Amino acid sequence: MVKTFGEFLIFMQSMLVRKERFAVLWQRTLDEAILIGIDSVFIVSIVSACIGAVTCVQIAYNLVNPLIPKSTIGFMVREMTILELAPTITSIVLAGKVGSSIAGGLGTMRITEQVSALEVMGINSASYLVLPRIVAAMLMFPLLVILAMVLSITGGYLAGTLSGAMSAQEYVEGIRTDFVPYNIAFALIKSVVFAFLVSAISSFKGYYTEGGALEVGAASTGAVTNSIIAILLADYVLAAVLL
Amino acid sequence: MIEIHNVQKSFNGNPILRGIDCVFETGKCNLLLGGSGTGKSVLLQCIVGLMKPDIGSITFDGTVFTNNKVDIKQEIRRKIGMLFQGSALFDSMTVFENTEFPLKMLTPEMTREERRDRVEFCLKRVGLENAGNKMPSEISGGMKKRVGIARAIAPNCTYLFCDEPNSGLDPATSIKIDELIHEITHEYGITTVVITHDMNSVVEIGDHIIFLHKGQKLWDGNKDEILNTTVPELKEFIFSSSLVRAAKKVDEESEGGLAAIVDETLSDEQANERAG
Repeated sequence: MVKTFGEFLIFMQSMLVRKERFAVLWQRTLDEAILIGIDSVFIVSIVSACIGAVTCVQIAYNLVNPLIPKSTIGFMVREMTILELAPTITSIVLAGKVGSSIAGGLGTMRITEQVSALEVMGINSASYLVLPRIVAAMLMFPLLVILAMVLSITGGYLAGTLSGAMSAQEYVEGIRTDFVPYNIAFALIKSVVFAFLVSAISSFKGYYTEGGALEVGAASTGAVTNSIIAILLADYVLAAVLL
Repeated sequence: MIEIHNVQKSFNGNPILRGIDCVFETGKCNLLLGGSGTGKSVLLQCIVGLMKPDIGSITFDGTVFTNNKVDIKQEIRRKIGMLFQGSALFDSMTVFENTEFPLKMLTPEMTREERRDRVEFCLKRVGLENAGNKMPSEISGGMKKRVGIARAIAPNCTYLFCDEPNSGLDPATSIKIDELIHEITHEYGITTVVITHDMNSVVEIGDHIIFLHKGQKLWDGNKDEILNTTVPELKEFIFSSSLVRAAKKVDEESEGGLAAIVDETLSDEQANERAG
């Protein structure tokens, strides 16, 4: 494990030496941003809206004490969404979608000698292939998390009001109660860290794939598994340090 | 000219290359011949810098490549074109973009129009002037090899390496690819190194042949000398092919020899081409 971590650090360092021209890397970053960001909007929207709705309904189901105002449901949906559900669940979903795509793509390039072709041309393949993916992920994850926050809270609103658990006024009052702007900043910091972990771990797994199609599949699975574990560990560390 | 001096390489204590000394001459098709597992691909990977030899040196036109500064290695690498066994075309790019890629990356001073002209020239040179918009998944194995060659020569490479260019191709397409490599080598005066275990390639393009066996160089010479070799391992390699054995038998038994039978079989036009 220590050896693997050492190899991971060397891999990260190799991206930063002999970098390609800025214009080339920027264009590659934009291409990757479309693949990572735009192409993930649909799945992130569905997941976050559903989670917001389910959270709202389940909190309403558990809050039966007449002394607790119904606006508390909106308050709890907001807090859970901003602090945990939007950044963490979105990142876990993206670890599955983006992480497996990165590892599978790089693994296939490795076993079909496309990575070797870049190296023979004198191009730093790690810098050309991996750096734009990491930068694009770190740019796009926070935007997707913001989208997830909005849709999750909207999903809670629709579920709460349409099911008759509370009125629209009570929900809005709840989500405006004791709002702490720092929580948004905390969520965005988490999303940037998670983006780095997902893209870097997946790239590492894919870049060093050896063998054939079976190993590419194994690299994708390993990338998703390791990324999710890293997200959960980092989630705890960030909460302990920043809150 | 590429000079290989005492190159050795082992994996987990298992020696693959056992002190190879050879020279790949400029303006010639240099063939690395040998059976599977004799170290041809490992030697090629050492030459192009994808692997580092344990011992020994590799020199490109007087400039040492092994253990040199990164900048100098990069400078040499930018003169290298390589055709990979599986072509290694970039899946996400069209044929045109694949050919343009090294120009975009290695020659930023070229304008878009200059790049387009160069790519069109290279695609025309390999006979693919109408395939520029196709994706690699839409073209045949032989066409992929041609695109690989076009991509390799696009930045005016000085050294061309081909890793088993005939693998997976039918005999007729193999000959066309061999002829293309041979023509390009002589046309541009580049140093070409071809890995092969195909005797057809030896006969077609073997200006200079190096025979490897168990990680050692056992023989070198040209295509006219190879059939008269006295090296037992090389003789065994050459005559291990059923086709070559059958041809030898026919040659011995027929009155006019094999050449007469081949001439009878070929059309007049083909026979004239071969004679010419």
